[in-house]
Amino acid sequence: MNQNRNEIVLQTQHLTKKFGGLTAVGQMDLKVHRGEIISLIGPNGAGKTTVFNVVTGIYKPDAGNVIFNGENIQGKKPHQIVAKGIARTFQNIRLFPNMTCLENIMAGQHCRGTAGVCASIFRTFGQKQEERRIKEISENCLRQIGLEKYKDELAKNVSYGNQKMLEIGRALATHPKLLVLDEPSSGLNPRESEDLIDFLKDLVKEDLTILIIEHDMKVVMGISDWVTVMDEGRKIAEGPPDKIYSDPLVIEAYLGKEEDDMEL
Amino acid sequence: MQVIIEQLINGLTIGSFYALIALGYSMVYGVLKLINFAHGDFFTLGSYIGYTILVFGSALVTSHFGLWGGLIAATMVAAISLAIVGILVERSAYRPIYASGRLPAVVSALGASILLQNAIMVIWGPRYQAYPASLIPNIHLHLGGIHITLLQLVILIMSLCLLGILYYVIQKTTFGAAIRATALDRDTAALMGINFNTVILFIFTIGPALGAVTGVMVGSYYRQISFTMGWNYGLKAFTATILGGIGNLPGAMFGGLILGVLEMLGCAYISAAWKDVFVFLILILVLIFRPTGLFGETIAEKV
Amino acid sequence: MKNNTSFKSVRKLTTDKIWLLVVLVLFFVYPFMVSNYYIDVAFFFGIYALLGLSLNIVLGEVGLFDLGHAAFYAIGAYTTAILNTRFGIPIIVLLPVSAFAAGLFAYVVCSPVIHLKGDYLCIVTIGMGEIVRLALLNNPFDLTGGPNGVFGIDFPSFGIFEIDSSIKFYFLIWVVVALGIIGLIQLQHSRIGRAWNCIREDEIAAEANGIDVRYYKLLAFVLGAALAGVAGNIYASKLMIVSPESFSFMESCMLFCIVLIGGMGSIPGVVIGAAAISLFPEIFRPFAMYRMLIFGLVMILMMIFRPGGIWPRKRGVI
Repeated sequence: MNQNRNEIVLQTQHLTKKFGGLTAVGQMDLKVHRGEIISLIGPNGAGKTTVFNVVTGIYKPDAGNVIFNGENIQGKKPHQIVAKGIARTFQNIRLFPNMTCLENIMAGQHCRGTAGVCASIFRTFGQKQEERRIKEISENCLRQIGLEKYKDELAKNVSYGNQKMLEIGRALATHPKLLVLDEPSSGLNPRESEDLIDFLKDLVKEDLTILIIEHDMKVVMGISDWVTVMDEGRKIAEGPPDKIYSDPLVIEAYLGKEEDDMEL
Repeated sequence: MQVIIEQLINGLTIGSFYALIALGYSMVYGVLKLINFAHGDFFTLGSYIGYTILVFGSALVTSHFGLWGGLIAATMVAAISLAIVGILVERSAYRPIYASGRLPAVVSALGASILLQNAIMVIWGPRYQAYPASLIPNIHLHLGGIHITLLQLVILIMSLCLLGILYYVIQKTTFGAAIRATALDRDTAALMGINFNTVILFIFTIGPALGAVTGVMVGSYYRQISFTMGWNYGLKAFTATILGGIGNLPGAMFGGLILGVLEMLGCAYISAAWKDVFVFLILILVLIFRPTGLFGETIAEKV
Repeated sequence: MKNNTSFKSVRKLTTDKIWLLVVLVLFFVYPFMVSNYYIDVAFFFGIYALLGLSLNIVLGEVGLFDLGHAAFYAIGAYTTAILNTRFGIPIIVLLPVSAFAAGLFAYVVCSPVIHLKGDYLCIVTIGMGEIVRLALLNNPFDLTGGPNGVFGIDFPSFGIFEIDSSIKFYFLIWVVVALGIIGLIQLQHSRIGRAWNCIREDEIAAEANGIDVRYYKLLAFVLGAALAGVAGNIYASKLMIVSPESFSFMESCMLFCIVLIGGMGSIPGVVIGAAAISLFPEIFRPFAMYRMLIFGLVMILMMIFRPGGIWPRKRGVI
């Protein structure tokens, strides 16, 4: 998987983001190739989530570019970036707790619909068709992640593991080209982590590209085509997983900090 | 020049009223995220209790201790009464609702406000009452060409002292830090050993007591009081709280002072009728450019 | 087992339909059985239902803290009043005009501040409400009549059919409320309603899932304002006079309570909340000056024992 990589689907160039005096991300160059699963790893505080937040439009970068499918997207608003094809999940799950699981998934389909106020109030033919389609696609999504029996259950009432899957399902409902997952396996037991790995591998077969932040090395080794390592806001190494695993720079970055940042 | 200074003093006097009320508002708001609509009515109740003590206790107190003695007695009784009322309201109307979220608390606070306001009306009658002129010291001073009454001077000095003391307590003492910590993150503060109930006790006694003291000051300053006046003062105090920045207690104080001065300026240079419009427009402008208030909120949301 | 559940749901549907029929019959029969005074009470119940529904869009669906909603009601009422008394424009024509004026006002005023977080937006809405009320009170350009307001407003008329009696106004307001309810239910179960609810649940997550938060917040305000403007139009022509005291901060607070006591985001709840708030003064009239005191007490007790409202929103019915 080293040579013969597909074209670049997402790229950051000299990306910089500061918070007051703290440079969370500095001169970060990230490349994500189509159809791959890329892991972004690094000790806590390395700036990984900040990179995600800039890429998905939640923060504006102080310097540098984010290029998605050849288009500059830095500074665009998050909902515009979703429409362009990047969907994400959050480190601390952010579902819509008092809405049902199905409604959560349907939220993902929002940006793929067009019905406006008048169409909705007067229930035009086009709007009814669109609603049927949204419902069908959402139910399929729910089935795909294995939660169809929780269709009408409030999101806050399902188990933690299911909530994590629901969040991924919601992101998938936006029909993304790039899926950005922030620590998808945190809080999952080993069995659930394995199921997640299989699930993500299946997704990629459908022409999806996945970028994930992970601490669980089993997941990283088991799933990644490519690994990028960050420390203190910059990239310090990248390459296939086995190469990264034995890279002395990476080891120093982890062992120089807390030992339990790298779960083996 | 004298006129400007007099206006400034007037503005600071009103501003200190707002600041003292805003402080009580901000303490409850910061710690509980509750908009205590009843706070304006604590202020009103304090004013009415002060009035009653002054008028009915005058034979006892004023004749022995003079006009100032009467005022001091009125203030103290009002403060103590409101400290008790404050805790009663918290226990009965707010405590049962903490778990239900912010919006039910707003309705409950509105209910408490309506209840208190109408209780005052039932007890003291719907018409205006007035602090009798004969029981208020009326000594005029001319300091360096500026015309001011002794009462106004005393009020101003007392307010600024109270504000100063509270600023010191909140910013420089451990207990003040406990209050600020609880306002920022209630659960973590509890985990650090801060007794939430003690904090609540403090804010629901000192806050209303401050409001009561302000009520007596306003009563003796303007002399005319009505059972609906808490509404307006409460609103201004809430505005000052937001202007200063949510959860920022010194900010609420300064917000109140600034609000008072702005109101005076608006009154003097625009018109009395439009002064409130002027104040609210300034507030909206400030928030457009500083969305977390003049002195900012100290919390950032982690995404 | 399957037969049992489908029988139960059929029975529930039939019970619901019977209840609806009962309510409809009572609704039609009521004005012929009571005096004008009580017809007017039912009229104001209708006005508050409409206002409650309009605030529900902003507060109930999207979760925005709007404590200045009476301003939109005022704009609608005064637009009707001024344009009718000065230019003789018919009330019926002014209904969409008032809705538009209120909606436009909401758009202009809320655009610069819509990004503000919860409580900061709250104080801005309060401020806006006060600014409108004070502006109406101070009679700028001799437009608004000051504290006395504007009087001499016509009745609405459809050609020769004029709405000039209590009974006719009663039917007018409730037809409008019914249309409003239908429209709002459609919105609730559409892409727009879902977007609103997502914003209420978690704004950042909503934005991160493709919902243009700013647009939908503004949309809620504009629609809520327009509906309040409609209420203002009907109110103005019924009373034939408008004055600033009907549009105070207390009024906005009452609307807020209607939504909360009835049930946030719940259409039947809001209507019941409107009933509670508007009928309460009538029921408790014998208590004279203790009336409002009891009202305050009831509000507190309601929130202690039923914080979700009288008829909370049920989810999962798509």
